[in-house]
Amino acid sequence: MNCDEANILMHALIDGELDAGNARAVEAHVGSCVTCAKQMRDFRDMRRAMGAASLRYRAPEHLRRRIEEKLPAGRTGHASRRAVLQGFSVGAVATALAASGVVAIVMRNDDQRRILGEVVSAHLRSLQGQHLIDVQSSDQHTIKPWFNGRLDVAPPVVDLTAQGFTLIGGRLDYLDAKPAAVIVYRRRVHVINLFCSPSPGEADRGAVMESLQGYNVRHWIENGLDLWAVSDLNADELKEFGQKFEAATRK
Amino acid sequence: MSVGGVEPYAFRAPEHERVMAGSPSGKHDGGKAERFKALALPHLDDAYTLARFLLRNASDADDAVQECFLRAFRHFDSQRGPAVKPWLMAILRNVCRAARSGNRPLALAEDSSEVEVKPLWRDADSTAEELLVRQDNSDAMRRLIEQLPDEFREVIVLREINDLSYRDIATVIDTPIGTVMSRLARARTMLRDAWIAVEGKGRST
Repeated sequence: MNCDEANILMHALIDGELDAGNARAVEAHVGSCVTCAKQMRDFRDMRRAMGAASLRYRAPEHLRRRIEEKLPAGRTGHASRRAVLQGFSVGAVATALAASGVVAIVMRNDDQRRILGEVVSAHLRSLQGQHLIDVQSSDQHTIKPWFNGRLDVAPPVVDLTAQGFTLIGGRLDYLDAKPAAVIVYRRRVHVINLFCSPSPGEADRGAVMESLQGYNVRHWIENGLDLWAVSDLNADELKEFGQKFEAATRK
Repeated sequence: MSVGGVEPYAFRAPEHERVMAGSPSGKHDGGKAERFKALALPHLDDAYTLARFLLRNASDADDAVQECFLRAFRHFDSQRGPAVKPWLMAILRNVCRAARSGNRPLALAEDSSEVEVKPLWRDADSTAEELLVRQDNSDAMRRLIEQLPDEFREVIVLREINDLSYRDIATVIDTPIGTVMSRLARARTMLRDAWIAVEGKGRST
């Protein structure tokens, strides 16, 4: 791989859009090219700075009201989550994705898609069954040691209560047939499951927001851990959760 | 599909969203409005953010977002397009382009590598000082993004602020994913150079 190629593909790597083979090729080039290594550091720093800055605008209240007033009045309240789920079928999503015919080189690989499905399924299972929490505590120093001996790595457990996300516990779950730590948070009535799955050797990747079956998922890789935050919380607040979590673990 | 047109319908959406969007007719309009509110209104802040960056003006952004949501609602039943968020953003982008150009589609450079990269701060010394006086990082970053040429500004906003995947960005701006990648690479390079220029000026004064 030459510098020109690396200069384009490193962005896909930073954005978590590159498949494993190309990711390795970019990393190999960056590992041996001082100029490209510096570029990538710059871009990562800039992305982080942009993530930390508040660049979003909030739509003014009068705009929201004006739009709502112009829509025909219906029943109040929201379409139920169940209604969203009824229309869903996994097979159809896979077909739609296959039909979209995207450039192979930049697509996150099928594995990631499959695991996204698993994450959402595991989230649903945790809410339906009795197995949401193995260790119930709002104390990070109670939850973190609980994973000792149950996992090869120590998952990052941080208390975000002050930031509006209440730590309620942890459990052991499985992703991709491998054990994963799950740290459970609550925001109002919404549960956030944060799956931490060891992926040794994987390069850090910036967060990508996805949605599946009406659930929002934020995925990023840091320090050899695959992190998936999943919730029925709206995308903005889940993103905020991810950013607060990342900020807290970097301290 | 049309680039300059209004609603691009030609993309496949996840089944759950298509089913929701195009449910059997015959129900009263309230049901449609409720579905629309549940699926489209959560993206209002994202839409408003994109409009602010594309139009660089609050009241124009208001108008564009309102127009976008009303158009989207009119076509909601027939929406067989992408997932709701990129679909809305594609409509909004067309509304913004029409607003900017007096209903003429903008002539975009065919190949972004042909576009000459101009130093963003060439004529903006006072702005740079102003930014540093304010010490407001978010504001400074917003200004830097606003100074990017249209086709680079939109990919930066769609990726970094609206959090769309490359595939969704390709849907919104109606280009192949390869173009998304090369534009994003250029956009970040321009932004980084501008950022360094501002910081450099801050240190030397």
